[in-house]
Amino acid sequence: MPEVLVPIGPQHPALKEPVNFKVIADGEIIVRLELDISYSHRGIEKAAEARDFVRVVPLLERVCGICSHSHTTVFVKGIEEAMKLEIPKRAQYIRTIVAELERMHSHLLWLGVAAHEIGFNTLFMWTWRDREAVQDMLEEITGNRVNYGINEVGGVRRDMTPAVVKAALARLPHLEERIRTYAEMASQERTMLLRFRGVGRLTEAEALKYGTVGPTARASGVTYDVRKDDPYLAYADAPWRVITDNHGDVFGRTLVRVGELHESLNIVRHGLENLPEGPVRLQPPRAAPKAEILSRYEAPRGELVHFIRTNNTDKVDRLDIRTPTLANWTSVAVTLVGQNLADIPVIVAAIDPCLSCTSRITVVDRDRRETRTLTWGELRAHGIRFYREKEGI
Amino acid sequence: MEPWLLLLYVLVFPGFLFLLGYAFLLQFADRKISARMQARVGPPFLQPFADFIKLLGKEVITPSGVDRQAFGAAPLLAFAAVMTAFLYVPVLGGSPLAFQGDLVLVLYLLTLPTIVLFLVGWLSRNVFATLGGVRAVTQMFIYEVPFFLVLLGPAIAAGSWSISEIVLWQASNPWFVVLQPLGFVIALIGLQAKLERTPFDIPEAETEIVAGPWTELTGRRLALMHLTMDVSLVVGSALIAALFLGGPVSPWTFEPAWLSAALGFGLFLLKTFGILVVLTTVKMAMGRVRIDQLNDFGWKYLASLAMVQVLVVLLMNGWWSP
Repeated sequence: MPEVLVPIGPQHPALKEPVNFKVIADGEIIVRLELDISYSHRGIEKAAEARDFVRVVPLLERVCGICSHSHTTVFVKGIEEAMKLEIPKRAQYIRTIVAELERMHSHLLWLGVAAHEIGFNTLFMWTWRDREAVQDMLEEITGNRVNYGINEVGGVRRDMTPAVVKAALARLPHLEERIRTYAEMASQERTMLLRFRGVGRLTEAEALKYGTVGPTARASGVTYDVRKDDPYLAYADAPWRVITDNHGDVFGRTLVRVGELHESLNIVRHGLENLPEGPVRLQPPRAAPKAEILSRYEAPRGELVHFIRTNNTDKVDRLDIRTPTLANWTSVAVTLVGQNLADIPVIVAAIDPCLSCTSRITVVDRDRRETRTLTWGELRAHGIRFYREKEGI
Repeated sequence: MEPWLLLLYVLVFPGFLFLLGYAFLLQFADRKISARMQARVGPPFLQPFADFIKLLGKEVITPSGVDRQAFGAAPLLAFAAVMTAFLYVPVLGGSPLAFQGDLVLVLYLLTLPTIVLFLVGWLSRNVFATLGGVRAVTQMFIYEVPFFLVLLGPAIAAGSWSISEIVLWQASNPWFVVLQPLGFVIALIGLQAKLERTPFDIPEAETEIVAGPWTELTGRRLALMHLTMDVSLVVGSALIAALFLGGPVSPWTFEPAWLSAALGFGLFLLKTFGILVVLTTVKMAMGRVRIDQLNDFGWKYLASLAMVQVLVVLLMNGWWSP
């Protein structure tokens, strides 16, 4: 077959969110590709500048549907740092418990998606069923299943009663057993081995060169985890280790995530059993002093960075969000070349892309049938004009 | 057989009408068993039928620049082929239309849907459909050779090219699943690949190429193509039941002839259903392999094992016959 252009996305069954790969394939082998990630810009960074510290937290919770707690935690952590607040120990523990439960439901979701990408729908259905247990726990603890709304500047909004702690602890043994089953499946099931081994290989040097983060980097042998390197919340107290793997392929990324499921479960158990007494929040000042903070956080997908600039007001002067997916995209584009067309879904899924967090903007002119990307300067000018006209800022 | 009785046989029972009903029933069973294995509820009993009726009523869209007549006729051809194939597969005792060589005809007719899928993919002028079509024929060349070889095993051993006679041979001898277990397993794998079920759903891999050749099929064309695959499932499992599991002939005879026939029919249902359960379990327990991996697997193991099986049959034949 001659070279053909296969458009993967922006609408495609393998993709849950819009992204576009223009793949040039020679038969089934990918020769080269173009990556276009700009389909769903929502202007959240700009909108954050218009809201005070109370109202901005629910907004940031909506950056991502899976790691909603990550975005609020990293933000309030940064603001608390700017205000020089030391929040109560109990609040830190509750934040940690929710964060690790979030990691568990995210990794279980990922395992299901990866299985679905290779057509193994039974595992998909099973992991998503067990993910329900995690979500039920989150609902009992926070009152919500997706956007937990537990964080605020100065602590958490909801305390855990002894009954809730007991109920959560009671759910853990079953989950642990299921996770063990999946760990066995991931390392033994024939078709999964066939489709995951040697696919999307990234050496340690490449992983460092392209700036990968999270499980993608750790599967290539890079020991990099913000929870260990720059401990925050209650991670310094909990017994856990950074999971790494040397396969560097999709198989390695699966093993890392399954291993992290175990570790997260242990952190949650430790947190629930050793929950300190005391208040869960303190009254923060209204305004934050002038400061520039780089707040780092290990989201389920990797290192999440919020750059926050405050200026003696009750709003952020500037907020910049660097999501882990953005850090991992380059490695995907590089590893895809030379691979089989059939491996695109699983390689893309292996970084667990979260596009709603990542996207910027593309302008589509339907009459002239062209698309073009806005430069940073144009986008900035547009944003300032838009908000000046619409919200009078 | 009387002409009107033959017409009844072809059109009503156990011909087309029964075939359609049974195809829907097997589709329902397939979906329900899959669902229960995945801890889901599964569809209600009439869902396959409802899906079919719904699709019939949907708008038929022909992509621009596509040969409308060929595109519309292709699913009909596939459907007609598998329906015809069923007439030669024994359901109640032997088939009245049986002749020497109907095994070859049935195998040929069962291959047609795959070729039609390739044709549809090629006609669609859609990159996903074309890729899927190419994958469909590539896959066909991989599984078809071992599949044909092992199905010829029973024919060689029984000394007949007629499915009905092979069934009769097994009434007085052990079933071929005992005599040629290797052939039986390879035949099941081949059937799974022919029906494009996981792990061989490479041509229609949803997450890779949308729906493969099916991408541009809509309305009644899609309905017909789905029905073709369901009927293929019935014909394929009936064929394997006839060749390896003794088909619809019961080892005991009962006095009123109709009682024997009814028992045979019950055995037919039981055996085809059993084969479906095996196929569904395999489908649920695996992911999809890649076309190059299937190529290795098919030619390295399946084809050589199938040849070994045929060789064994030939040697045994020479040994036992005077």
